[in-house]
Amino acid sequence: MSVAVAPPRASWAEARGSVRTLASRTGALSLVELQKLRHDHTELLTRTVQPLLWLLVFGQVFGRLRAIPTGNVPYLAYLTPGILAQSALFVAIFFGIQIIWDRDAGILTKVMATPTPRQAIVAAKAFAAGVRGLSPVVVLIPVALLLGVGVTANPLKILLAAVAIMLGSGFFACLSMAIAGLAGTRDRLMGFGQVITMPLFFASNALYPIDVMPTWLQVVSRVNPLSYLVDALRGQLVGTPAHLTVDFAVLVGSTVVGIVVAGSLLGRLVR
Amino acid sequence: MTGPAHADTGAAVEVSGLVHRFGDAAAVDGLDLTVPAGEVVGLLGPNGAGKTTTLRVITTLLPVQEGRVTVLGLDVARSATRIRRRLGYVPQQLSVEGALTGRQNVTWFARLYDVPRRERDARVDELLAAMDLRDAADRLASGYSGGMIRRLELAQALVARPDLLILDEPTVGLDPIARDGVWDRVRRMQQEHGMTVLLTTHYMEEADELCDTVALMHRGRLAAVGSPARLKADLGVGATLEDVFRHHAGVDLAPGSNDTAEKKGLRDVRRSRATARKLG
Repeated sequence: MSVAVAPPRASWAEARGSVRTLASRTGALSLVELQKLRHDHTELLTRTVQPLLWLLVFGQVFGRLRAIPTGNVPYLAYLTPGILAQSALFVAIFFGIQIIWDRDAGILTKVMATPTPRQAIVAAKAFAAGVRGLSPVVVLIPVALLLGVGVTANPLKILLAAVAIMLGSGFFACLSMAIAGLAGTRDRLMGFGQVITMPLFFASNALYPIDVMPTWLQVVSRVNPLSYLVDALRGQLVGTPAHLTVDFAVLVGSTVVGIVVAGSLLGRLVR
Repeated sequence: MTGPAHADTGAAVEVSGLVHRFGDAAAVDGLDLTVPAGEVVGLLGPNGAGKTTTLRVITTLLPVQEGRVTVLGLDVARSATRIRRRLGYVPQQLSVEGALTGRQNVTWFARLYDVPRRERDARVDELLAAMDLRDAADRLASGYSGGMIRRLELAQALVARPDLLILDEPTVGLDPIARDGVWDRVRRMQQEHGMTVLLTTHYMEEADELCDTVALMHRGRLAAVGSPARLKADLGVGATLEDVFRHHAGVDLAPGSNDTAEKKGLRDVRRSRATARKLG
């Protein structure tokens, strides 16, 4: 068999073929991620503790202070989508550990020796991060309702909010996996994760509107995908004015870029 | 599947002038190696001889820095994906997904290798049976013994009927009975499907028992190559492969067999322990 260069005419068929391969491999790997999640109930519960504290303690206290200008929206209602986005961020930002863990266990090496595009490996992890990012919602929304937050009951809006959370978690998981590819070890990844988590959170509109920030922070906040996730969630769940098209364009775009970049750094982990 | 692409040359793997450096140290330092199609070939050598690095280049996980490597007639530098489609690979570490059942682990790899959906279940069953894992197939792999995990990995690697099976230290850390079990299955699958097998080992018995050809590696190069019987006969009556190695390389093959002093060895041990912990 010769390895002649493919004629240009075949390149469209090839591109279609590789998209199909990418989709089917991502599916196969995502299925495995779901099968793994089924054995992981405690983690799903423990992950809801921190966001619950933010809602119950921080939210209640700052709600009384009325220190943050949120227009005609009660602070707790303003905060709830921010905390949902925050919990997605906190779940996803250490997700690169999973890739390093798979590498250390020899599983990544094995999968990478199969005809599987690197991007499919990353995309499946991003999907798993999305599912995990969704799980706190199941606890947080009922609690918010009990606290008197008027969360929407419109199933379409809830669905859009869920998609936004999955995209946001997916992006931050890709960011984490890209860092994993560069850092190479668990310890360094944890260090980087700690360093960037809080800046990402505070330099967003999760706790307060962008308008009250100093100018430099506004700039950071506008390039921070978390702000767009919060904006989308706020618009869908508590009905504040949102910019859905821009929000989803940013979330989809950054996730795609994240998958491509993290995928191209993955090879460094098995060298 | 069409006939093997390597039929014209009769070689499943051809390595010429391969050099691979990690920083300043050359793990592989000018290796020439031919793996004839349909044979079981063993790369034999002490820790740090460059065996695993060589395998990683052949499995397309490491880039070719210098030299030329063709696998199944395809250049690894240009046709990585096409090579991966026809390759089965079992790395040194015991590495299965402990949170999945044995069957799920094999089905997963059947999907990654594009085994057609209507054949998938039958193929997975066939491999689980061949590896004597049918009774344990629906239990979580975290409860498997070392020997069972290795056999499960063979099932994963063989589910797409590869033309070339690559095994990195397939029986390291297994007890003698589990080791026999792995050898037995590798030999049987090789005879049934006629695939080429390339393995690394630092166990004499393994090379003697399994391999048609052994290639002795030392410091990143080939020290000697031939059938175990011929290599021993060349040295005289009563010679062992250990003697052969000492003769060609001037050092013992396996000083204590579990020399973990060097850095890479230590890292591997740590990883295996971590895997063992994870699998429970």
